[in-house]
Amino acid sequence: MIIEAREVSRSYGSTPALREANLSVAAGEVLAVMGPSGSGKSTLLHCLAGIFTPDSGEVWFDGRRLDTLDDGRRSELRRTAFGFVFQFGQLVPELTAADNVMLPLLLGRTRRKHAERRAAEWLERLELGDLGGRRTGELSGGQAQRVAIARALVTRPRVVFADEPTGALDSLTGEHVMDLLVGLAREEGATVIVVTHDARVAACADREVMVRDGRVCDPYVTGAVR
Amino acid sequence: MTVPLALLGLLEREPSHGYDLKRDYDTFFGRGRPLPFGQVYSTLGRLSRDGKVTGQSEPGDGPERKRYAITPLGRQEVATWLAEPVAAEPYLQTVLFTKVVLALMLGRDAAGYLDAQRATHMRRMRELAEVKRGGSLTDALLADHAMFHLEADLRWIDVTQARLGALAETVRAS
Repeated sequence: MIIEAREVSRSYGSTPALREANLSVAAGEVLAVMGPSGSGKSTLLHCLAGIFTPDSGEVWFDGRRLDTLDDGRRSELRRTAFGFVFQFGQLVPELTAADNVMLPLLLGRTRRKHAERRAAEWLERLELGDLGGRRTGELSGGQAQRVAIARALVTRPRVVFADEPTGALDSLTGEHVMDLLVGLAREEGATVIVVTHDARVAACADREVMVRDGRVCDPYVTGAVR
Repeated sequence: MTVPLALLGLLEREPSHGYDLKRDYDTFFGRGRPLPFGQVYSTLGRLSRDGKVTGQSEPGDGPERKRYAITPLGRQEVATWLAEPVAAEPYLQTVLFTKVVLALMLGRDAAGYLDAQRATHMRRMRELAEVKRGGSLTDALLADHAMFHLEADLRWIDVTQARLGALAETVRAS
């Protein structure tokens, strides 16, 4: 397993969001995490990605305990081993598409020339070869999400976390974005964990789990809570 | 009911022999369920009897072949059919709803059934997504149609799952 949550609980004040949630994801797997709004699926994603620390339970990444790492080491792990795609891209609108894609490389102290070349390669793979110089605030929703995917994959992450990556897109554009995300992640051998309430997005994954009331349910084991 | 109208539509495109009609039907509409030759000729026979197509025998060395052409009446029928929306049928909804209500009525695991149904629907969604990735535009559009219907069922399954407690009370009270 590349990443695991073991009995993970997390609350916001007195409101529990995750209740002893368990989840194992194999290397190279594409997993969809589904569930109603407020079920805890995004909190689970944030705990797995080391953005949130669980109140109790453990998170393991590639044989290492992640939740006990200090902020600096978790932050480094997020920069080097993980990639992120969010619903609204969270790109820097004043920067160009190429600058946005380069950002994680420059933060990791990659030389600028090399970063520029890598960003250009990835923009090409995302069918955005001629838009590298465009500010991301001027791009369409689908183009911006493709820039976000390029930024997520440019560091060659082991795991890509995507939280409703097509939530703001129409169905055709969303489908194209998902095809690119899943196709390129597979080419790179990266694991993808995608949070979605959209069955068409989940259909791009190898399997799906449901989060209900903070617990992870495996729909293939009737009524079972893992 | 769509076979005679689909054949009429293909004949409106161009006159054709039964064999070619079957081939075209299978290509565009068959999707793994080819039309039996017997059905093609019996349908053409009925359409001919009703004045919607005409069959012209063509001489040749082999067995007699008929070339079929659409008549103005047939053309009118195609036009009317194409302009009419299909009844918004609930498809699977009745079956799913009946199963859930019966499960609740009989004290069985309705939530478990919905989970299993959801998993089955998702499996089919994945198969269709695969068809879309590897297929032609017509394959993709047919897969899309099926996926949107499955998606509607899945949304219903989610809503029902969320209201299962209230539904159980209603069922048991009545």
